[in-house]
Amino acid sequence: MIEFDRLQKSKLTREKDSVLSCFHCGDICTDQSTSIGDKLFCCQGCKTVFEILNVNELCDYYDIESAPGITPKTDLIADRFAYLDDESVREQIVEFSEGNTEKVTLHSPAMHCASCIWLLEKLHDMDQRIFRSVVNFPRKEVSITYNRKEMALSELAVLLSSLGYEPLINLDTVGKRKQSSAEKKLYLKIGLAGFAFGNVMILSFPEYLSRVGEVDPLFKTVFGYLSLLFSLPVLVYASKDYYRSAWAGLRTKTINIDVPITLGIGVLFIRSAWEILTQSGAGYLDSFTGLVFFLLIGRLFQQKTYERLSFERDYKSFFPLSVTRKVSNTEAVIPVSKLKRGDRIVVRNQELIPADSVLVKTGALVDYSFVSGESDPVKKEAGDFIYAGGRQVGTTIELEVIKEPSQSYLTQLWNSAVFNKPRFSKLNNLVNQFSQYFTFGVLAIAIFASLFWLQIDTTTAIKVFTAVLIVACPCALALSSPFALGTALRIFGDKGFYLKNTETVEALAKIDTIIMDKTGTLTEAGHDSIEFSGAILSEEEQQMVKSLVQHSTHPLSQKIYRALAAVTSIPVNDFKEISGKGVQGVIHGHKLKVGSGFWLGQTHSGTNIEDLKTWVYLSIDDKIRGSFLISNVYRKGLRPMLSKLLEQFKMYLLSGDTPREKAMLASLFGSEESLHFHQTPENKLDFVSRVRKTGAHVMMVGDGLNDAGALRASEVGVAVTDDVAVFSPASDAILTGKNLYLLESFIKMSKATMSVIVVSFIISIIYNVVGISFAVTGKLSPLVSAILMPASSISVLIFTTFSTRLRAHQIGLYKMKKGY
Amino acid sequence: MYIIFMLMAFSLTASLIFLGAYIWSVRSGQYDDKYTPSVRILFDDIKHSKKAESSSEAGENKEENI
Repeated sequence: MIEFDRLQKSKLTREKDSVLSCFHCGDICTDQSTSIGDKLFCCQGCKTVFEILNVNELCDYYDIESAPGITPKTDLIADRFAYLDDESVREQIVEFSEGNTEKVTLHSPAMHCASCIWLLEKLHDMDQRIFRSVVNFPRKEVSITYNRKEMALSELAVLLSSLGYEPLINLDTVGKRKQSSAEKKLYLKIGLAGFAFGNVMILSFPEYLSRVGEVDPLFKTVFGYLSLLFSLPVLVYASKDYYRSAWAGLRTKTINIDVPITLGIGVLFIRSAWEILTQSGAGYLDSFTGLVFFLLIGRLFQQKTYERLSFERDYKSFFPLSVTRKVSNTEAVIPVSKLKRGDRIVVRNQELIPADSVLVKTGALVDYSFVSGESDPVKKEAGDFIYAGGRQVGTTIELEVIKEPSQSYLTQLWNSAVFNKPRFSKLNNLVNQFSQYFTFGVLAIAIFASLFWLQIDTTTAIKVFTAVLIVACPCALALSSPFALGTALRIFGDKGFYLKNTETVEALAKIDTIIMDKTGTLTEAGHDSIEFSGAILSEEEQQMVKSLVQHSTHPLSQKIYRALAAVTSIPVNDFKEISGKGVQGVIHGHKLKVGSGFWLGQTHSGTNIEDLKTWVYLSIDDKIRGSFLISNVYRKGLRPMLSKLLEQFKMYLLSGDTPREKAMLASLFGSEESLHFHQTPENKLDFVSRVRKTGAHVMMVGDGLNDAGALRASEVGVAVTDDVAVFSPASDAILTGKNLYLLESFIKMSKATMSVIVVSFIISIIYNVVGISFAVTGKLSPLVSAILMPASSISVLIFTTFSTRLRAHQIGLYKMKKGY
Repeated sequence: MYIIFMLMAFSLTASLIFLGAYIWSVRSGQYDDKYTPSVRILFDDIKHSKKAESSSEAGENKEENI
């Protein structure tokens, strides 16, 4: 059995320990021809990188991690990055430029391990013109300071690419520096609140630990004023966001969780300040600062962001930055943004077509899979209209631009209403629904209790009123959901399911309908493993088969064509393609047939519904020579997962592709009624909106630009991708393709998380009942408050994180350490 | 007993210095990347045996390779 697995160069399938693995990247070496000494390399590209590193004495790279390298792209054209030297483009990318020194931050998704960090920070050892380079690994960015007089930006990009770390520069990342100031501010707020909390607590100790009259009143006054001073920045700066959010909620006539929090914070501070200034008591400032401190920690925990991922990509991120323009037979690389109507452009193999245009010269084969979901490349002739977004397969073509990139057919989708509406209404989440009843309940208790005390003593009545509001401040309540959801988010993240925010977990728990795309979502686009069973094909036989299937546009023929290594093609006589059966032809006097089993007289039909595999048989001179097994077209674990999902959810399939695999898909999705083929991006969007109008909670699972509208229109849009760092349309969640089979567990986990939150609500209510029972009797001392508040917060925090992990462990998404 | 005010003045100064240092560290971007420094610190320095000769050579070599 020969392995034709050359297309699948995925890192997951690497056999690192194998004898024949590449010293540089760890991929399997097909032969031993490329080597230096005892070190084998899978290709010339890897060998070149090793040579560069060897010359520069940077081979420590290989000691940090074994086989850390990335195969550089072989078709590296020197002027691919020439557009970077265009002044307008350069200005957008460069961060800082003064005299000789220039600083640029480039995104390089290929970096993946400690060796990568090491090498990228040693660039200055390799090239004297580079002064310094610093890696930010979570963002997969490298900031490089270099001599701009001696080194062009394009040279820098070429240097990185030659090492395998090709910088990813597209219209979306250019000119939009990420703002991290929000997170910085949160750190500052936490620092400030923590500082105040610690100091106020120490200043409160004498009050707690002494009996009345034992402390010098002067100390009391000084400590009180100092505490007030520490608390002021917490009141004014650190808890600013809560006021803002509460106010925003009230303006839309909704009571969110921040309303009772703001009420609690406000009452806490006013009463404490009043007690201190009138010297009638010690106040609750330690509770106040502690409350804000814990709340902010909860906020930080919730703010788990995946910096290297982008959930907001629009069409611009998918387009290249540069294009080769042809003006009177001279080619020049220009930025796509400068492309005008009527320009002639040259598009090479595997390049994207950046604008709607008309084909001028030679037949094109355009792969629209990313745009339309159609898996087969489309043949185009001179004069044909070609939409932007297609990928050219094969020869170099020449096009004339009809519309500028920003006005192309593809970008029209983004003008649709769904893209201009705010995505989520935060107001209907569980916590906020609950906080409405909570707030009114607490207010009612406070009013009734103070009315009762009013008949006895006015001062006590005021004290009781404020004490109820203080002790009922829903700190534990507000912390339970960030910690439970934050933990779920981290567990998902470890399994390659990256959620945009914690609200998505809640939305995920409510899902009752799942709509799926086919190409790229259920299938692994372009990743087929093809095996030949039978006696090994000789080189001549391979050449003959390749030459035969070359003439067929059938996807299976194309796959076999791509898998065969033989290079030269030989002429085929009497070529015939019989639809539904196969192809035949005569080469060197031999009669070759490639096609289905039935056609070639086999009992086996060729497709096996059970394991989603396809056999293509080969006969030479009417004798069966063997068969190609084309498998792995569908992602692993798909059938068991889909059958589990089918029991719980309504399932639909929306595909831009032809109904070729209808029968097989019907067995996966239950019935043929739920399958929809030939769907345009607009069709998909409309379908999702229609299903949602019936009251269903829809999750859309898709991958390409063609699903962008549907992803956006659904409640939870999940983008499936094989390379999380590179391409994914705007969505709520990004899922690594190889973990698609865990989708059912993810939904189960979201539901479990929501029930954990409900239980923690009950716990925090119990704390509130205890606190309120102190408060209504007028006995809430600062000490009781100072103990109750952190105790309730911390216990809820421990309960939620632990039980969320426990549930994840039961579902199989998380492995708990022994001893629990 | 009033010595306590002086002690408090000292402790406050010290704690304010720490707060200041924290604010500076956040502002200067030390919290921007919490992962890479943990890896970076483990790298050994490379021993450059023939760095002086090879650096000029390295420059030429690279241009060939690109």
